[in-house]
Amino acid sequence: MPNLIDFRRRIRSVKNTQQITRAMKFVAAARLRRAQERVLAARPFARQILRVLQSAESRLEEAVHPLLVVRPEEKLLVIVISADRGLCGAFNTNVLRKTMEFLRENKSKQIELVAVGKRARDAMRRTRLPLKAELIGATMNVKFSDAKELAEMAVAAYTSGEADAVYLVFNEFKNVIMQRLVVDRLLPLRPEVVTPEHAETGGGHTTAGAPRRAEVDYIYEQPPKQIFDRLIPRYVETEVYRALLESSAAEHAARMTAMDAATRNASDLIDSLTLHMNKVRQAAITKEIIEVVSGAASAG
Amino acid sequence: MDLGKLSLEVVTPERQVLHEDVNFIQLPGLDGYLGILPGHAPLLTELGAGVLSFQKGGETRYATVLGGFAEVLANRVIILAERSELAEEIDLGRAEAARERALKRVQDKANQVDFERAQLALQRSLTRIQVAPRVSKRRSSTAPERDGNGKPPGASE
Repeated sequence: MPNLIDFRRRIRSVKNTQQITRAMKFVAAARLRRAQERVLAARPFARQILRVLQSAESRLEEAVHPLLVVRPEEKLLVIVISADRGLCGAFNTNVLRKTMEFLRENKSKQIELVAVGKRARDAMRRTRLPLKAELIGATMNVKFSDAKELAEMAVAAYTSGEADAVYLVFNEFKNVIMQRLVVDRLLPLRPEVVTPEHAETGGGHTTAGAPRRAEVDYIYEQPPKQIFDRLIPRYVETEVYRALLESSAAEHAARMTAMDAATRNASDLIDSLTLHMNKVRQAAITKEIIEVVSGAASAG
Repeated sequence: MDLGKLSLEVVTPERQVLHEDVNFIQLPGLDGYLGILPGHAPLLTELGAGVLSFQKGGETRYATVLGGFAEVLANRVIILAERSELAEEIDLGRAEAARERALKRVQDKANQVDFERAQLALQRSLTRIQVAPRVSKRRSSTAPERDGNGKPPGASE
């Protein structure tokens, strides 16, 4: 029979764990709030750049840009965005599983990988596919410069012909308890991005719905073509930045949910342990009383 | 004739720097500075690195702009800057330290790989140093904000 000391010890240890999970939950909640603010803060720029891009495009006879040219996909560059740390539920597992699925579907193609986050890096190493680059420590505190670097690498790989298409695999923040897995083609850009007739740009965040304003007679300080050509890479950067921000918000949300569940489980465990402990204690007391009573009876 | 005001919006990928009604804007175009008054014709330009200034009720305020684009349309000016800080947000000490670092790297003949980056960093810090002392005396109500990653904007990469 387990004794009281054992129970007390276990309860104490579970309580300690609970304290940690509760603290982690609050930290994740605070980080989530900040991450969400940054997703919002990044929106005006994304919206405006798209609008300017479309307005420049509407002035061109033909919008041709190397990043818009679709080639048969034989060589792929896949950018996987995960977290650096665990303890966030199925967050990492999900994105990695999705990636593996994607890799299996495209087995026949030549694939290169870019890993963002430690978890992605570790998993991608195991695939034995070439790992072009890794970015660690970027998901906790997303910086635009990181996104820019990634975007530049993607653009370079695409324009040099090293890759025929660049894909992003990441968790999109849907709400606190839900993440949506996204496999997004970053390059070549979807043509509807620059042609505003299709106001829906697939990104979901660009609800600008800018009316086609070819009628506006702009003064172009530089030729429209040049502005257009320079805007496109900027746009790719904002897309990567958005993916990083989304993934970061989703990570914090996932961690918060996971830690909340863990805290609740610890509570349940403490309750049931306390109940058992009391039963054992009661049994011990009862046994002692019986011993005393029967001892007195036999003596009398 | 009163042509009204200009609505000035400065956004960077990380945040909205400014959204205000102003009377006059001077912005650093790629091919030179441009002055924008209310009623300006629609305009689209690429921006270089330099000082953005805007007047509002006799008070002039300054901000840095480092690359990007500007659109003028119907008394609305949108500045899509790659980086931008208001004068009051700049940490002069940090900017000066960054200039020293960048200068050293630019002059470092042995290491030409990072030359371009160092040159850009130098340009960044110089623009900041140029703008930082021009904080308007009448401190505006908009408190200096930190940029998205909590780092003071004067920090260099």
